[in-house]
Amino acid sequence: MPALLKNLGTLYRYRVLIQNLVSRELKARYRGTVLGFLWSFFNPLLLMVVYTIVFGLIINPRDPTFNNSPWLYALYLFSGVLPWVWFSSSSIESANVLMIHGNLIKKILFPAEILPVVTVTSNLVHFSFGLPILLLFLILFGKSVTVYIFLLPIVILVQFIFSLAFGFLISSLTVHFRDIKDILANLLTFWFFATPIVYPVSFESVKKSGVLRTLLNLNPMTHIIGGYHDCLFYGRMLRWPSLGITLGVSIVFFGLAYAVFDRLRDSFPEEV
Amino acid sequence: MYAIELENVTRVYQKYSARHRFQTFKSALVKGDLFRALRPDELVTALDGINLKIDKGMTFGVIGENGSGKSTLLKIVSGIAKPTSGRLSVDGKISALIELGAGFHPEISGRENVFINGIMLGLSKKEITRKFDEIVQFAELQDFIDAPVKTYSSGMYMRLGFSIAINVNPEILLIDEVLAVGDAAFVPKCLDRIDEFRRRKKTILFVSHDLATVGKICDRVAWLKGGRIRMIGEPKRIVDAYLQDVAGKQEEDFQERHRDVDLETKWEDERREQRWGRREIEIRKVTLRTLGGEEKHVFHPEDGLAIEMQVVASEPIKDFVFGIGVFNSQGISCYGTNTQLEDLEPVSISGEGRVTCRIERLDLINGTYYLDIAVHKRDGYPYDYHRNLYTFLVSSTHRDVGIVRLPHSWSFSPTVKFKLPDKA
Repeated sequence: MPALLKNLGTLYRYRVLIQNLVSRELKARYRGTVLGFLWSFFNPLLLMVVYTIVFGLIINPRDPTFNNSPWLYALYLFSGVLPWVWFSSSSIESANVLMIHGNLIKKILFPAEILPVVTVTSNLVHFSFGLPILLLFLILFGKSVTVYIFLLPIVILVQFIFSLAFGFLISSLTVHFRDIKDILANLLTFWFFATPIVYPVSFESVKKSGVLRTLLNLNPMTHIIGGYHDCLFYGRMLRWPSLGITLGVSIVFFGLAYAVFDRLRDSFPEEV
Repeated sequence: MYAIELENVTRVYQKYSARHRFQTFKSALVKGDLFRALRPDELVTALDGINLKIDKGMTFGVIGENGSGKSTLLKIVSGIAKPTSGRLSVDGKISALIELGAGFHPEISGRENVFINGIMLGLSKKEITRKFDEIVQFAELQDFIDAPVKTYSSGMYMRLGFSIAINVNPEILLIDEVLAVGDAAFVPKCLDRIDEFRRRKKTILFVSHDLATVGKICDRVAWLKGGRIRMIGEPKRIVDAYLQDVAGKQEEDFQERHRDVDLETKWEDERREQRWGRREIEIRKVTLRTLGGEEKHVFHPEDGLAIEMQVVASEPIKDFVFGIGVFNSQGISCYGTNTQLEDLEPVSISGEGRVTCRIERLDLINGTYYLDIAVHKRDGYPYDYHRNLYTFLVSSTHRDVGIVRLPHSWSFSPTVKFKLPDKA
């Protein structure tokens, strides 16, 4: 256990490297594109437009939660999809990250845990580029931005810990079982719909079914995305009990995932 | 106090069987043997109980064949791999020239890569800023430093990698074969840098196949064989012992080839390109010996060479010539002679006999040679012609080029001065 903590401590020692690798990741991503960094804004913007058209105009759900307005529904969707994209792309990239950077692990003395951290962090930066777009649309559609927006960092922190835990677990297991990548893609699709993103928890069918509600509540992402909805879309206080428990669960999960990662660490140089 | 100390270090690599390779997560879950699947089936011992103490300020060489564990040793010392058992202690900051530019990202510029790579190797941002110009200058990349690394040639890539690693300014430098890829101008520059390290009394662990360099720059050398230390000590002695071992191996190899020469089949049965003639006189067996009489296939020039043929004449014959020819691996005839060319008049041969050709000094340059052995009539009609059936290796300490080493010496007027080579 002390060894585990000591290894975790290396993350702090290597913070400058992490910082540099994140900025390298961001720079390399749009290298050679015409719009460059603007893509970080355009991607969520385009996504927003698509969701508005498809769900707002074509499907056009009428629900009292959104005052029967498709535009509000699109905003609700977007405030959930944006953090979800952070989570899902972190997970998918984590699955590959040890193999892609196998050179580092094999050839130079390099603490492997940096790689998932860099993946999750660089996706966090992308996510934060999307936030202004979201705020812009919130204001545009007449949703008032409240003081609760200042609680957003807490929600982000919970998601960061949870994503990182998942990243550690996925990245280390994928080294041994390459097919996790394929399983993961399917799992994430399922997980997306098992999280109240395209529908609110206050939906009629969810309200009526106790089983469904229980299942949704067991999903940590429900509470994390719920947190975003609270402080961005609804502009209200976070629901502390559920978010607090999610934080606790995330920390425990993080401990376990890191233990798995640490256990498998010595096999990385041979297996990646 | 030692810079590097290994105590009974063993490293076992896991070799997963074919079954495991196709094992998937799903099947592991279904069969419930997830953790069994993570257990290896076969083990390969790369290092076996290594004990090594390297003093501070020493340049220590490691030699050995491929797969003898040299690289694993470096990886253990650098901390990339962990010993399976045993203890390792290292005193001082290490920089490893193992894989140059391993951490480069192809899409971003050389400049940014210098920073990130430098940080990876343990430099602080400030130190890199301070040394940046020196790094770029040493790598000779002033004009390209802002281009993405993917546009670099492999030589540029390597130079930049080397330049960063050497500027980490470590107390211990690990070098693994990296000099093999540099061009003619860059390698001496690297060697200069390494010399400078030696002068500053830093510890160097040097792994190489280039025995001449090892002999020149190392204070002590260890010879690894099959994951164990075979010998350790003064460079010249170890390099010689290693060369002898290699020669022994080559000897076995050539013996094998010689044994494969099959002289039993009747001439009617075969139409081999390598042997022809009706065998009125037959060469039954060819043996290569040193002048001392020892049967061998790897010769030093001073060993000389005696080619001994066992011959049988099925009937008394009056017209015959014995000849030999030596060819190098490019098929160039290096030397050939026969009894007729040397004005030996044949009188008679009958029954079994022996013919030996003695070569006093085998002054051919290093390499593999092929022998033609033949007996024929004076007009060229072949009795038994063996074409390139026998091979031997000349292993000399000279590094001259061409085909043969002509007897020679150098002399100079007093205005031309040379330092004589150190003959240890």
